[in-house]
Amino acid sequence: MSTLTEAPPPLSPPAPEDKPPRKRGRWTPYWLLLPGILWLVVFFAAPMIYQASTSVQTGSLEEGYRVTWHFVTYWDAVSEYWPQFLRSVAYAASATVLCLLLGYPLAYLIAFRAGRWRNLIMILVIAPFFTSFLIRTLAWKTILADGGPVVGALNTLHVLDVTSWLGWTAGDRVLATPLAVVCGLTYNFLPFMILPLYTSLERIDGRLHEAAGDLYAKPSTVFRKVTFPLSMPGVVSGTLLTFIPATGDYVNASLLGSADTGMIGNVIQSQFLRVLDYPTAAALSFILMAAILAMVTFYIRKSGTEDLV
Amino acid sequence: MAFVNWCKRNLVVIAGLLTLAYLVLPNVIVTVFSFNKPNGRFNYEWQQFSTDAWKDPCGVSGLCGSLSLSLQIAFWATLGATALGTAIAFALVRYRFRARGAINSLIFLPMAMPEVVMAASLLTLFLNMGAQLGFWTVLTAHIMFCLSFVVTAVKARVMSMDPRLEQAAQDLYAGPFQTFVRVTLPIAAPGIAAGALLAFALSFDDFIITNFNAGSTVTFPMFVWGSAQRGTPVQINVVGTAMFVIAVLFVLASMVIGDRRNRRKA
Repeated sequence: MSTLTEAPPPLSPPAPEDKPPRKRGRWTPYWLLLPGILWLVVFFAAPMIYQASTSVQTGSLEEGYRVTWHFVTYWDAVSEYWPQFLRSVAYAASATVLCLLLGYPLAYLIAFRAGRWRNLIMILVIAPFFTSFLIRTLAWKTILADGGPVVGALNTLHVLDVTSWLGWTAGDRVLATPLAVVCGLTYNFLPFMILPLYTSLERIDGRLHEAAGDLYAKPSTVFRKVTFPLSMPGVVSGTLLTFIPATGDYVNASLLGSADTGMIGNVIQSQFLRVLDYPTAAALSFILMAAILAMVTFYIRKSGTEDLV
Repeated sequence: MAFVNWCKRNLVVIAGLLTLAYLVLPNVIVTVFSFNKPNGRFNYEWQQFSTDAWKDPCGVSGLCGSLSLSLQIAFWATLGATALGTAIAFALVRYRFRARGAINSLIFLPMAMPEVVMAASLLTLFLNMGAQLGFWTVLTAHIMFCLSFVVTAVKARVMSMDPRLEQAAQDLYAGPFQTFVRVTLPIAAPGIAAGALLAFALSFDDFIITNFNAGSTVTFPMFVWGSAQRGTPVQINVVGTAMFVIAVLFVLASMVIGDRRNRRKA
Protein backbone atom coordinates (compact mmCIF):
# COMPACT_ATOMS: atom_id res chain seq x y z
CA MET A 1 0.00 0.00 0.00
CA SER A 2 3.05 2.22 -0.03
CA THR A 3 1.87 3.20 -3.49
CA LEU A 4 -1.22 4.80 -1.97
CA THR A 5 0.89 7.14 0.08
CA GLU A 6 2.65 8.39 -2.99
CA ALA A 7 1.60 11.65 -4.54
CA PRO A 8 -0.88 11.63 -7.38
CA PRO A 9 0.89 11.69 -10.70
CA PRO A 10 2.77 14.99 -10.87
CA LEU A 11 1.54 17.44 -13.44
CA SER A 12 4.54 17.61 -15.63
CA PRO A 13 4.86 18.51 -19.24
CA PRO A 14 5.73 15.31 -21.06
CA ALA A 15 9.46 14.85 -21.12
CA PRO A 16 11.14 12.60 -23.63
CA GLU A 17 12.65 9.53 -21.97
CA ASP A 18 16.29 9.39 -22.76
CA LYS A 19 16.77 5.76 -21.79
CA PRO A 20 17.27 3.90 -25.07
CA PRO A 21 14.54 1.28 -24.99
CA ARG A 22 15.31 -2.04 -26.55
CA LYS A 23 13.94 -3.02 -29.90
CA ARG A 24 12.04 -6.27 -30.12
CA GLY A 25 9.06 -6.65 -32.40
CA ARG A 26 8.86 -3.80 -34.90
CA TRP A 27 5.11 -3.55 -34.61
CA THR A 28 4.64 -4.58 -30.97
CA PRO A 29 4.63 -1.04 -29.49
CA TYR A 30 1.98 0.09 -31.94
CA TRP A 31 -0.27 -2.84 -31.08
CA LEU A 32 0.16 -2.08 -27.37
CA LEU A 33 -0.59 1.60 -27.87
CA LEU A 34 -3.42 1.27 -30.37
CA PRO A 35 -6.49 0.51 -28.20
CA GLY A 36 -5.76 3.01 -25.43
CA ILE A 37 -4.60 5.81 -27.72
CA LEU A 38 -7.59 5.26 -29.99
CA TRP A 39 -9.84 5.59 -26.95
CA LEU A 40 -8.22 8.91 -25.99
CA VAL A 41 -8.37 10.21 -29.57
CA VAL A 42 -12.04 9.34 -30.02
CA PHE A 43 -13.32 10.29 -26.57
CA PHE A 44 -10.92 13.07 -25.55
CA ALA A 45 -9.34 14.76 -28.57
CA ALA A 46 -12.20 14.46 -31.05
CA PRO A 47 -14.76 15.89 -28.57
CA MET A 48 -12.56 18.99 -28.20
CA ILE A 49 -12.84 19.53 -31.97
CA TYR A 50 -16.58 18.84 -31.92
CA GLN A 51 -16.92 21.36 -29.15
CA ALA A 52 -14.98 23.98 -31.09
CA SER A 53 -17.24 23.41 -34.08
CA THR A 54 -20.40 23.47 -31.96
CA SER A 55 -19.40 26.85 -30.57
CA VAL A 56 -19.58 28.48 -34.03
CA GLN A 57 -22.87 26.88 -35.04
CA THR A 58 -26.30 28.47 -35.10
CA GLY A 59 -29.71 26.89 -35.17
CA SER A 60 -32.19 25.41 -32.76
CA LEU A 61 -32.88 22.07 -31.15
CA GLU A 62 -35.82 21.41 -33.48
CA GLU A 63 -34.23 22.42 -36.78
CA GLY A 64 -30.73 21.22 -35.99
CA TYR A 65 -27.48 23.15 -35.93
CA ARG A 66 -25.25 24.20 -38.79
CA VAL A 67 -21.72 25.62 -38.77
CA THR A 68 -22.09 29.28 -39.73
CA TRP A 69 -18.80 30.60 -38.24
CA HIS A 70 -20.94 32.62 -35.88
CA PHE A 71 -18.10 34.00 -33.75
CA VAL A 72 -20.44 36.53 -32.15
CA THR A 73 -21.40 33.73 -29.75
CA TYR A 74 -17.99 34.18 -28.10
CA TRP A 75 -18.44 37.93 -27.74
CA ASP A 76 -21.95 37.49 -26.33
CA ALA A 77 -20.80 34.77 -23.94
CA VAL A 78 -17.95 36.85 -22.57
CA SER A 79 -19.93 40.06 -22.26
CA GLU A 80 -22.74 38.26 -20.45
CA TYR A 81 -20.75 35.96 -18.20
CA TRP A 82 -17.51 37.81 -17.44
CA PRO A 83 -18.45 38.17 -13.74
CA GLN A 84 -18.62 34.38 -13.42
CA PHE A 85 -15.25 34.05 -15.16
CA LEU A 86 -13.65 36.55 -12.81
CA ARG A 87 -15.30 34.92 -9.82
CA SER A 88 -14.02 31.46 -10.83
CA VAL A 89 -10.46 32.71 -11.10
CA ALA A 90 -10.71 34.70 -7.84
CA TYR A 91 -12.26 31.84 -5.84
CA ALA A 92 -9.89 29.24 -7.27
CA ALA A 93 -6.87 31.48 -6.63
CA SER A 94 -7.95 32.15 -3.02
CA ALA A 95 -8.56 28.45 -2.44
CA THR A 96 -5.14 27.62 -3.91
CA VAL A 97 -3.37 30.13 -1.64
CA LEU A 98 -5.31 28.84 1.38
CA CYS A 99 -4.47 25.24 0.44
CA LEU A 100 -0.79 26.14 0.29
CA LEU A 101 -0.87 27.96 3.64
CA LEU A 102 -2.82 25.16 5.35
CA GLY A 103 -1.24 22.25 3.53
CA TYR A 104 2.42 23.19 3.90
CA PRO A 105 2.59 22.81 7.70
CA LEU A 106 0.80 19.46 7.52
CA ALA A 107 3.06 18.15 4.73
CA TYR A 108 6.08 19.38 6.72
CA LEU A 109 4.74 17.71 9.84
CA ILE A 110 4.29 14.37 8.04
CA ALA A 111 7.70 14.57 6.38
CA PHE A 112 9.87 15.65 9.33
CA ARG A 113 8.09 15.65 12.67
CA ALA A 114 5.49 12.88 12.72
CA GLY A 115 7.79 9.97 13.64
CA ARG A 116 5.73 6.87 14.26
CA TRP A 117 2.48 8.75 13.71
CA ARG A 118 3.38 9.33 10.06
CA ASN A 119 1.32 6.45 8.66
CA LEU A 120 -1.74 7.28 10.73
CA ILE A 121 -1.72 10.93 9.63
CA MET A 122 -1.21 9.84 6.03
CA ILE A 123 -4.27 7.58 6.27
CA LEU A 124 -6.31 10.45 7.68
CA VAL A 125 -5.26 12.65 4.75
CA ILE A 126 -6.12 10.05 2.10
CA ALA A 127 -9.07 8.15 3.57
CA PRO A 128 -11.63 10.97 3.11
CA PHE A 129 -11.04 10.46 -0.63
CA PHE A 130 -13.00 7.25 -0.34
CA THR A 131 -16.14 8.89 1.02
CA SER A 132 -18.11 10.55 -1.74
CA PHE A 133 -16.96 14.18 -1.89
CA LEU A 134 -20.56 15.33 -2.33
CA ILE A 135 -21.51 13.90 1.08
CA ARG A 136 -18.49 15.56 2.66
CA THR A 137 -19.31 18.86 1.01
CA LEU A 138 -22.86 18.64 2.34
CA ALA A 139 -21.39 18.22 5.84
CA TRP A 140 -20.11 21.81 5.53
CA LYS A 141 -23.75 22.91 5.45
CA THR A 142 -24.02 21.59 9.01
CA ILE A 143 -20.67 23.00 10.12
CA LEU A 144 -21.35 26.50 8.77
CA ALA A 145 -25.08 26.48 9.62
CA ASP A 146 -26.67 29.78 10.67
CA GLY A 147 -26.61 29.99 14.45
CA GLY A 148 -24.23 27.02 14.66
CA PRO A 149 -21.12 27.05 16.89
CA VAL A 150 -18.73 28.14 14.13
CA VAL A 151 -20.83 31.10 13.02
CA GLY A 152 -21.55 31.94 16.67
CA ALA A 153 -17.85 32.03 17.53
CA LEU A 154 -16.98 34.13 14.48
CA ASN A 155 -19.77 36.53 15.44
CA THR A 156 -18.59 36.89 19.04
CA LEU A 157 -15.04 37.55 17.84
CA HIS A 158 -16.43 40.16 15.39
CA VAL A 159 -14.72 38.36 12.53
CA LEU A 160 -17.94 38.38 10.55
CA ASP A 161 -18.11 42.18 10.80
CA VAL A 162 -14.77 42.40 9.02
CA THR A 163 -15.59 39.77 6.41
CA SER A 164 -19.01 41.35 5.73
CA TRP A 165 -17.31 44.69 5.24
CA LEU A 166 -14.97 43.03 2.74
CA GLY A 167 -17.96 41.48 1.00
CA TRP A 168 -16.91 37.89 1.75
CA THR A 169 -19.93 37.17 3.94
CA ALA A 170 -23.38 38.71 4.29
CA GLY A 171 -24.71 39.82 7.68
CA ASP A 172 -24.31 37.06 10.24
CA ARG A 173 -24.45 34.28 7.66
CA VAL A 174 -21.55 32.30 6.25
CA LEU A 175 -23.53 29.84 4.13
CA ALA A 176 -24.50 31.10 0.69
CA THR A 177 -21.56 33.55 0.65
CA PRO A 178 -18.20 33.60 -1.18
CA LEU A 179 -16.45 32.61 2.05
CA ALA A 180 -18.41 29.34 2.23
CA VAL A 181 -17.59 28.52 -1.41
CA VAL A 182 -13.86 29.22 -0.96
CA CYS A 183 -13.92 27.22 2.27
CA GLY A 184 -15.48 24.25 0.45
CA LEU A 185 -13.06 24.50 -2.49
CA THR A 186 -10.10 24.65 -0.09
CA TYR A 187 -11.38 21.61 1.76
CA ASN A 188 -12.04 19.57 -1.38
CA PHE A 189 -8.67 20.14 -3.02
CA LEU A 190 -6.41 20.23 0.06
CA PRO A 191 -5.18 16.61 -0.37
CA PHE A 192 -4.09 17.45 -3.93
CA MET A 193 -1.80 20.10 -2.41
CA ILE A 194 -0.56 18.04 0.54
CA LEU A 195 0.51 14.92 -1.38
CA PRO A 196 2.89 16.54 -3.90
CA LEU A 197 4.27 18.83 -1.16
CA TYR A 198 4.92 15.81 1.02
CA THR A 199 6.63 13.93 -1.81
CA SER A 200 9.05 16.76 -2.52
CA LEU A 201 9.69 17.53 1.19
CA GLU A 202 10.35 13.88 1.94
CA ARG A 203 13.09 13.75 -0.69
CA ILE A 204 15.08 16.52 1.01
CA ASP A 205 18.25 15.24 2.62
CA GLY A 206 18.01 15.94 6.36
CA ARG A 207 21.74 16.64 6.49
CA LEU A 208 21.18 19.82 4.48
CA HIS A 209 19.19 21.20 7.42
CA GLU A 210 21.98 20.27 9.81
CA ALA A 211 24.57 21.82 7.54
CA ALA A 212 22.61 25.07 7.37
CA GLY A 213 22.28 25.03 11.16
CA ASP A 214 26.01 24.41 11.54
CA LEU A 215 26.60 27.48 9.40
CA TYR A 216 24.66 29.56 11.95
CA ALA A 217 21.39 29.83 10.03
CA LYS A 218 18.35 30.51 12.22
CA PRO A 219 15.49 27.99 11.81
CA SER A 220 13.56 30.60 9.83
CA THR A 221 16.54 31.15 7.53
CA VAL A 222 16.95 27.41 7.05
CA PHE A 223 13.36 27.26 5.94
CA ARG A 224 13.62 30.28 3.65
CA LYS A 225 16.97 29.38 2.05
CA VAL A 226 16.97 25.58 2.08
CA THR A 227 13.67 23.83 2.73
CA PHE A 228 11.28 26.00 0.74
CA PRO A 229 13.40 26.30 -2.43
CA LEU A 230 13.94 22.55 -2.46
CA SER A 231 10.21 21.95 -2.13
CA MET A 232 9.42 24.14 -5.16
CA PRO A 233 8.52 21.22 -7.46
CA GLY A 234 5.88 20.18 -4.93
CA VAL A 235 4.61 23.74 -4.60
CA VAL A 236 4.25 24.10 -8.37
CA SER A 237 2.50 20.78 -9.00
CA GLY A 238 0.36 21.21 -5.86
CA THR A 239 -0.87 24.64 -6.90
CA LEU A 240 -1.65 23.40 -10.42
CA LEU A 241 -3.47 20.31 -9.12
CA THR A 242 -5.54 22.60 -6.90
CA PHE A 243 -6.10 25.57 -9.19
CA ILE A 244 -7.13 23.73 -12.37
CA PRO A 245 -9.96 21.61 -10.94
CA ALA A 246 -11.07 24.42 -8.61
CA THR A 247 -11.59 26.83 -11.53
CA GLY A 248 -13.94 24.45 -13.32
CA ASP A 249 -15.77 23.28 -10.22
CA TYR A 250 -19.47 23.98 -9.83
CA VAL A 251 -20.34 21.61 -6.98
CA ASN A 252 -19.15 23.85 -4.14
CA ALA A 253 -20.73 26.96 -5.62
CA SER A 254 -24.04 25.10 -6.00
CA LEU A 255 -24.15 23.41 -2.62
CA LEU A 256 -22.56 26.07 -0.39
CA GLY A 257 -23.10 29.25 -2.38
CA SER A 258 -26.03 31.24 -3.71
CA ALA A 259 -27.08 32.70 -7.05
CA ASP A 260 -24.57 35.52 -6.44
CA THR A 261 -21.61 33.16 -6.12
CA GLY A 262 -22.09 31.32 -9.42
CA MET A 263 -18.86 30.23 -11.06
CA ILE A 264 -18.25 29.56 -14.75
CA GLY A 265 -18.82 25.84 -14.19
CA ASN A 266 -22.34 26.59 -13.00
CA VAL A 267 -23.05 28.55 -16.18
CA ILE A 268 -21.67 25.82 -18.45
CA GLN A 269 -23.64 23.18 -16.59
CA SER A 270 -26.95 25.01 -16.75
CA GLN A 271 -26.48 26.10 -20.38
CA PHE A 272 -25.78 22.50 -21.36
CA LEU A 273 -28.22 20.59 -19.19
CA ARG A 274 -31.07 23.01 -18.56
CA VAL A 275 -31.12 25.88 -21.06
CA LEU A 276 -29.89 23.59 -23.86
CA ASP A 277 -28.09 26.48 -25.56
CA TYR A 278 -25.27 24.31 -26.91
CA PRO A 279 -23.30 26.92 -28.92
CA THR A 280 -23.02 29.32 -25.95
CA ALA A 281 -22.13 26.48 -23.58
CA ALA A 282 -19.49 25.14 -25.96
CA ALA A 283 -18.02 28.62 -26.42
CA LEU A 284 -17.80 29.14 -22.64
CA SER A 285 -16.18 25.77 -22.14
CA PHE A 286 -13.70 26.49 -24.95
CA ILE A 287 -12.77 29.85 -23.42
CA LEU A 288 -12.28 28.20 -20.03
CA MET A 289 -9.99 25.60 -21.55
CA ALA A 290 -7.94 28.18 -23.45
CA ALA A 291 -7.70 30.45 -20.40
CA ILE A 292 -6.50 27.65 -18.15
CA LEU A 293 -3.95 26.37 -20.64
CA ALA A 294 -2.62 29.92 -21.08
CA MET A 295 -2.44 30.57 -17.33
CA VAL A 296 -0.77 27.24 -16.61
CA THR A 297 1.83 27.71 -19.36
CA PHE A 298 2.58 31.21 -18.13
CA TYR A 299 2.83 30.00 -14.53
CA ILE A 300 5.20 27.15 -15.34
CA ARG A 301 7.42 29.47 -17.40
CA LYS A 302 7.34 32.15 -14.71
CA SER A 303 8.13 29.85 -11.83
CA GLY A 304 11.14 28.69 -13.84
CA THR A 305 10.68 25.09 -12.81
CA GLU A 306 9.84 23.74 -16.21
CA ASP A 307 12.33 20.94 -15.88
CA LEU A 308 11.71 20.47 -12.18
CA VAL A 309 7.97 19.84 -12.16
CA MET B 1 7.17 31.91 29.17
CA ALA B 2 8.09 28.25 28.94
CA PHE B 3 4.70 27.64 27.37
CA VAL B 4 5.22 30.36 24.78
CA ASN B 5 8.61 28.90 23.91
CA TRP B 6 7.11 25.43 23.60
CA CYS B 7 4.44 26.80 21.28
CA LYS B 8 7.09 28.55 19.21
CA ARG B 9 9.14 25.41 18.81
CA ASN B 10 6.12 23.32 17.87
CA LEU B 11 4.39 25.91 15.71
CA VAL B 12 4.54 23.65 12.65
CA VAL B 13 3.08 20.72 14.56
CA ILE B 14 0.21 22.82 15.91
CA ALA B 15 -0.59 24.31 12.51
CA GLY B 16 -0.34 20.89 10.86
CA LEU B 17 -2.69 19.29 13.35
CA LEU B 18 -5.20 22.14 12.87
CA THR B 19 -5.15 21.47 9.13
CA LEU B 20 -5.66 17.78 9.83
CA ALA B 21 -8.67 18.65 11.98
CA TYR B 22 -10.06 20.75 9.11
CA LEU B 23 -9.65 17.75 6.79
CA VAL B 24 -11.23 15.23 9.13
CA LEU B 25 -14.04 17.34 10.62
CA PRO B 26 -16.53 16.73 7.75
CA ASN B 27 -16.04 12.98 8.09
CA VAL B 28 -16.77 13.23 11.81
CA ILE B 29 -19.94 15.19 11.02
CA VAL B 30 -21.00 12.64 8.39
CA THR B 31 -20.54 9.83 10.93
CA VAL B 32 -22.31 11.58 13.79
CA PHE B 33 -25.24 12.57 11.58
CA SER B 34 -25.68 8.98 10.40
CA PHE B 35 -27.15 8.43 13.88
CA ASN B 36 -29.48 11.41 13.64
CA LYS B 37 -33.26 11.37 13.45
CA PRO B 38 -33.98 14.53 11.48
CA ASN B 39 -37.17 16.55 11.72
CA GLY B 40 -38.21 17.09 8.13
CA ARG B 41 -36.50 16.25 4.86
CA PHE B 42 -33.00 17.62 5.43
CA ASN B 43 -30.39 16.06 7.69
CA TYR B 44 -28.45 19.22 8.56
CA GLU B 45 -29.50 19.80 12.19
CA TRP B 46 -28.98 17.47 15.13
CA GLN B 47 -32.25 16.22 16.64
CA GLN B 48 -31.93 12.94 18.49
CA PHE B 49 -29.91 9.74 18.54
CA SER B 50 -31.26 6.87 16.50
CA THR B 51 -29.91 3.82 14.70
CA ASP B 52 -32.87 3.58 12.31
CA ALA B 53 -30.85 4.40 9.21
CA TRP B 54 -28.15 1.84 10.04
CA LYS B 55 -30.82 -0.87 10.46
CA ASP B 56 -32.37 -0.05 7.10
CA PRO B 57 -29.70 1.36 4.76
CA CYS B 58 -31.76 0.61 1.64
CA GLY B 59 -34.88 2.23 3.12
CA VAL B 60 -34.78 5.12 0.65
CA SER B 61 -35.99 4.32 -2.82
CA GLY B 62 -33.26 4.46 -5.41
CA LEU B 63 -30.29 4.64 -3.05
CA CYS B 64 -29.11 1.04 -3.16
CA GLY B 65 -29.86 0.80 -6.87
CA SER B 66 -27.64 3.81 -7.54
CA LEU B 67 -24.94 2.39 -5.27
CA SER B 68 -24.85 -0.91 -7.13
CA LEU B 69 -24.82 0.90 -10.48
CA SER B 70 -21.85 2.99 -9.32
CA LEU B 71 -20.01 -0.14 -8.19
CA GLN B 72 -20.66 -1.84 -11.54
CA ILE B 73 -19.49 1.17 -13.53
CA ALA B 74 -16.41 1.53 -11.31
CA PHE B 75 -15.61 -2.17 -11.72
CA TRP B 76 -15.80 -2.18 -15.53
CA ALA B 77 -14.11 1.22 -15.83
CA THR B 78 -11.25 -0.02 -13.65
CA LEU B 79 -10.90 -3.17 -15.73
CA GLY B 80 -10.95 -1.27 -19.02
CA ALA B 81 -8.68 1.58 -17.96
CA THR B 82 -6.17 -0.76 -16.30
CA ALA B 83 -5.92 -3.03 -19.35
CA LEU B 84 -5.55 -0.18 -21.86
CA GLY B 85 -3.35 1.90 -19.55
CA THR B 86 -0.94 -0.90 -18.67
CA ALA B 87 -0.40 -1.67 -22.35
CA ILE B 88 0.37 2.00 -23.05
CA ALA B 89 2.73 2.23 -20.09
CA PHE B 90 4.72 -0.81 -21.23
CA ALA B 91 4.93 0.51 -24.78
CA LEU B 92 6.14 3.92 -23.55
CA VAL B 93 8.87 2.55 -21.31
CA ARG B 94 10.04 -0.44 -23.33
CA TYR B 95 9.94 0.60 -26.95
CA ARG B 96 11.17 3.32 -29.21
CA PHE B 97 8.66 4.56 -31.78
CA ARG B 98 7.47 7.58 -33.70
CA ALA B 99 5.17 10.30 -32.32
CA ARG B 100 6.28 9.71 -28.75
CA GLY B 101 5.91 13.37 -27.76
CA ALA B 102 2.41 13.60 -29.19
CA ILE B 103 1.35 10.46 -27.33
CA ASN B 104 2.82 11.76 -24.07
CA SER B 105 0.86 15.00 -24.48
CA LEU B 106 -2.32 13.11 -25.25
CA ILE B 107 -1.93 11.22 -21.97
CA PHE B 108 -0.96 14.29 -19.96
CA LEU B 109 -3.72 16.63 -21.19
CA PRO B 110 -6.77 14.87 -19.66
CA MET B 111 -5.16 15.26 -16.22
CA ALA B 112 -4.55 18.98 -16.79
CA MET B 113 -8.04 19.77 -18.06
CA PRO B 114 -10.88 20.94 -15.82
CA GLU B 115 -13.44 18.15 -15.62
CA VAL B 116 -16.25 20.38 -16.79
CA VAL B 117 -14.49 21.00 -20.13
CA MET B 118 -14.03 17.28 -20.79
CA ALA B 119 -17.60 16.62 -19.68
CA ALA B 120 -19.08 19.29 -21.94
CA SER B 121 -17.05 18.37 -25.01
CA LEU B 122 -17.83 14.67 -24.62
CA LEU B 123 -21.51 15.54 -24.40
CA THR B 124 -21.31 17.47 -27.69
CA LEU B 125 -19.74 14.38 -29.28
CA PHE B 126 -22.43 12.04 -27.94
CA LEU B 127 -25.18 14.44 -29.03
CA ASN B 128 -23.65 14.71 -32.50
CA MET B 129 -23.42 10.94 -32.78
CA GLY B 130 -26.97 10.60 -31.54
CA ALA B 131 -25.81 8.21 -28.81
CA GLN B 132 -28.30 7.20 -26.14
CA LEU B 133 -27.03 8.69 -22.85
CA GLY B 134 -26.84 6.14 -20.04
CA PHE B 135 -24.70 3.30 -18.70
CA TRP B 136 -22.51 2.99 -21.81
CA THR B 137 -21.77 6.68 -22.25
CA VAL B 138 -20.84 6.97 -18.56
CA LEU B 139 -18.61 3.88 -18.73
CA THR B 140 -16.92 5.21 -21.89
CA ALA B 141 -16.25 8.56 -20.23
CA HIS B 142 -14.92 6.95 -17.04
CA ILE B 143 -12.47 4.73 -18.93
CA MET B 144 -11.29 7.85 -20.79
CA PHE B 145 -10.43 9.94 -17.73
CA CYS B 146 -9.08 7.05 -15.62
CA LEU B 147 -6.72 5.93 -18.40
CA SER B 148 -4.09 8.66 -17.93
CA PHE B 149 -3.85 8.04 -14.19
CA VAL B 150 -3.30 4.31 -14.72
CA VAL B 151 -0.61 5.00 -17.35
CA THR B 152 1.24 7.33 -14.95
CA ALA B 153 1.08 4.88 -12.04
CA VAL B 154 2.19 1.84 -14.04
CA LYS B 155 4.87 3.78 -15.95
CA ALA B 156 6.54 4.87 -12.70
CA ARG B 157 6.81 1.26 -11.57
CA VAL B 158 7.97 -0.21 -14.91
CA MET B 159 10.62 2.50 -15.28
CA SER B 160 12.20 1.59 -11.95
CA MET B 161 12.38 -2.07 -12.95
CA ASP B 162 15.79 -3.60 -13.47
CA PRO B 163 15.86 -4.84 -17.10
CA ARG B 164 18.59 -7.31 -16.20
CA LEU B 165 16.03 -9.44 -14.35
CA GLU B 166 14.26 -10.16 -17.63
CA GLN B 167 17.54 -10.73 -19.42
CA ALA B 168 18.47 -13.21 -16.71
CA ALA B 169 15.19 -15.04 -17.17
CA GLN B 170 15.82 -15.27 -20.89
CA ASP B 171 19.38 -16.46 -20.33
CA LEU B 172 17.85 -19.25 -18.26
CA TYR B 173 15.85 -20.31 -21.32
CA ALA B 174 12.49 -18.72 -20.46
CA GLY B 175 10.46 -17.83 -23.56
CA PRO B 176 9.10 -14.31 -24.04
CA PHE B 177 5.69 -15.33 -22.71
CA GLN B 178 7.10 -17.13 -19.70
CA THR B 179 9.37 -14.18 -18.91
CA PHE B 180 6.44 -11.82 -19.03
CA VAL B 181 4.16 -13.91 -16.82
CA ARG B 182 6.73 -15.15 -14.30
CA VAL B 183 9.05 -12.13 -14.03
CA THR B 184 7.73 -8.91 -15.59
CA LEU B 185 4.14 -9.06 -14.41
CA PRO B 186 4.87 -9.87 -10.73
CA ILE B 187 7.35 -7.00 -10.53
CA ALA B 188 4.97 -4.55 -12.22
CA ALA B 189 2.00 -5.75 -10.12
CA PRO B 190 2.19 -3.09 -7.35
CA GLY B 191 2.11 -0.33 -9.97
CA ILE B 192 -0.80 -1.94 -11.78
CA ALA B 193 -2.64 -2.42 -8.47
CA ALA B 194 -2.07 1.22 -7.51
CA GLY B 195 -3.35 2.37 -10.90
CA ALA B 196 -6.41 0.13 -10.64
CA LEU B 197 -7.20 1.35 -7.12
CA LEU B 198 -6.89 4.96 -8.22
CA ALA B 199 -9.14 4.28 -11.22
CA PHE B 200 -11.76 2.65 -9.02
CA ALA B 201 -11.79 5.54 -6.54
CA LEU B 202 -11.91 8.16 -9.33
CA SER B 203 -14.71 6.41 -11.20
CA PHE B 204 -16.80 5.61 -8.12
CA ASP B 205 -16.66 9.20 -6.85
CA ASP B 206 -16.93 11.00 -10.18
CA PHE B 207 -19.71 13.51 -10.37
CA ILE B 208 -19.09 16.24 -12.95
CA ILE B 209 -18.44 14.06 -16.03
CA THR B 210 -21.22 11.68 -15.01
CA ASN B 211 -23.63 14.58 -14.47
CA PHE B 212 -23.18 15.66 -18.09
CA ASN B 213 -23.20 12.26 -19.76
CA ALA B 214 -25.57 10.09 -17.72
CA GLY B 215 -28.90 11.20 -19.17
CA SER B 216 -31.47 9.87 -16.72
CA THR B 217 -29.18 7.17 -15.30
CA VAL B 218 -28.55 7.74 -11.58
CA THR B 219 -25.18 6.80 -10.05
CA PHE B 220 -24.54 7.19 -6.33
CA PRO B 221 -22.96 10.68 -6.57
CA MET B 222 -25.88 11.71 -8.80
CA PHE B 223 -28.27 10.38 -6.15
CA VAL B 224 -26.56 12.48 -3.48
CA TRP B 225 -26.68 15.53 -5.76
CA GLY B 226 -30.39 15.04 -6.35
CA SER B 227 -31.06 14.54 -2.65
CA ALA B 228 -29.29 17.84 -1.87
CA GLN B 229 -32.15 19.48 -3.76
CA ARG B 230 -35.06 17.31 -2.62
CA GLY B 231 -34.07 16.31 0.91
CA THR B 232 -31.09 14.40 2.28
CA PRO B 233 -31.95 11.00 3.79
CA VAL B 234 -29.85 9.83 6.76
CA GLN B 235 -28.97 6.74 4.73
CA ILE B 236 -26.50 8.63 2.54
CA ASN B 237 -24.52 9.37 5.71
CA VAL B 238 -24.63 5.67 6.55
CA VAL B 239 -23.17 4.83 3.14
CA GLY B 240 -20.54 7.60 3.50
CA THR B 241 -19.51 6.36 6.95
CA ALA B 242 -19.37 2.73 5.83
CA MET B 243 -17.18 3.70 2.85
CA PHE B 244 -14.80 5.59 5.15
CA VAL B 245 -14.54 2.68 7.59
CA ILE B 246 -14.00 0.12 4.81
CA ALA B 247 -11.29 2.30 3.23
CA VAL B 248 -9.42 2.74 6.54
CA LEU B 249 -9.64 -0.98 7.34
CA PHE B 250 -8.43 -1.82 3.83
CA VAL B 251 -5.42 0.48 4.17
CA LEU B 252 -4.61 -0.81 7.67
CA ALA B 253 -4.87 -4.44 6.55
CA SER B 254 -2.57 -3.92 3.59
CA MET B 255 -0.09 -2.10 5.86
CA VAL B 256 -0.06 -5.01 8.30
CA ILE B 257 0.45 -7.49 5.45
CA GLY B 258 3.24 -5.36 3.95
CA ASP B 259 4.87 -5.08 7.39
CA ARG B 260 4.81 -8.82 7.91
CA ARG B 261 6.25 -9.44 4.46
CA ASN B 262 9.07 -6.99 5.15
CA ARG B 263 9.82 -8.64 8.47
CA ARG B 264 9.92 -12.08 6.87
CA LYS B 265 12.44 -10.75 4.35
CA ALA B 266 14.62 -9.25 7.05
